[in-house]
Amino acid sequence: MKWGVIRFPGSLDDGDALWALGEVMGQEARALWHKDETLGGAECVVLPGGFSYGDYLRCGAIARFSPIMRAVARFAAEGGLVIGICNGFQILCEAHLLPGALTRNRSLSFICQPVTVRVENAATPFTCAARTGDLLRLPIKHGEGRYVAPEAELDAMERRGQVLLRYVDPRGEASDAANPNGSMRSIAGVANERFNVFGLMPHPEHAVERALFGQDGLKLFESIVLSRSSSRLGEESAAR
Amino acid sequence: MLVKVFVTPRRDILDPQGRAVEQSLKSLGFKNVSDVRIGKYVTLNVEASSPEQARAEAARMCEQLLANPVIEDYRFEVENS
Repeated sequence: MKWGVIRFPGSLDDGDALWALGEVMGQEARALWHKDETLGGAECVVLPGGFSYGDYLRCGAIARFSPIMRAVARFAAEGGLVIGICNGFQILCEAHLLPGALTRNRSLSFICQPVTVRVENAATPFTCAARTGDLLRLPIKHGEGRYVAPEAELDAMERRGQVLLRYVDPRGEASDAANPNGSMRSIAGVANERFNVFGLMPHPEHAVERALFGQDGLKLFESIVLSRSSSRLGEESAAR
Repeated sequence: MLVKVFVTPRRDILDPQGRAVEQSLKSLGFKNVSDVRIGKYVTLNVEASSPEQARAEAARMCEQLLANPVIEDYRFEVENS
């Protein structure tokens, strides 16, 4: 499957995302430049972590106006798969491709630590290789990761199953103590209403090697591969 | 025309910076301080034929870039410069 990893000025984790997809998973992954106006045939686009455009004004606020973001918005409108990690999540929220916003951590500190997240909805292209309730151990590293959205919108998102990941303790229970940044309802990752755009603060691309933090991050990328191959099968049988 | 834009976190959004500064002010002895909110102050010059036009453009700038309406409120002042 073809992947495109967008490189903005100030992106940081594009290299690790390319490594995870290309070297570890054997996928066809290539870097896309922020000035590109097309996505080079990518079947899934990754917006990586980092500090795009120096995080000036607000995280993701400037990156949203990159030429490539017009192509990303078109791709998403056509149902293409888009995943934003950390700064990529912030960019997708600023671009209104995902609901809500990411604000300064409750502690005001930059947090770099392992977290446990619970898969809240496994019936999506981003989580289908997991089961609802599965726990994943992933790293976070961010200063602005506190997810916020209006209460009524959060209620609607929960009803539709758009909350895909929640911070929990190692036993799988959500609690204030297990919420690293003060996110509303302990939300770590959300999808859009169509379930083709996904943003999360934890870094799956940093958890793909047994010797380095374990491999729980692969679950999310494998889900995308799985959903893509089954939808391709569907397209082929429809064509026949 | 000079436009002064004030962007502040929405009332219903937790402002941890404001809270930290409030604590510091209290520890300095300003016990009567409350509701500290920290925002941004942006000044810009805009060429416009009238203050109304400048105001309309400033509102669009705020909606599209300078503020994020999900988490921030904004207001602005227009002055002949």
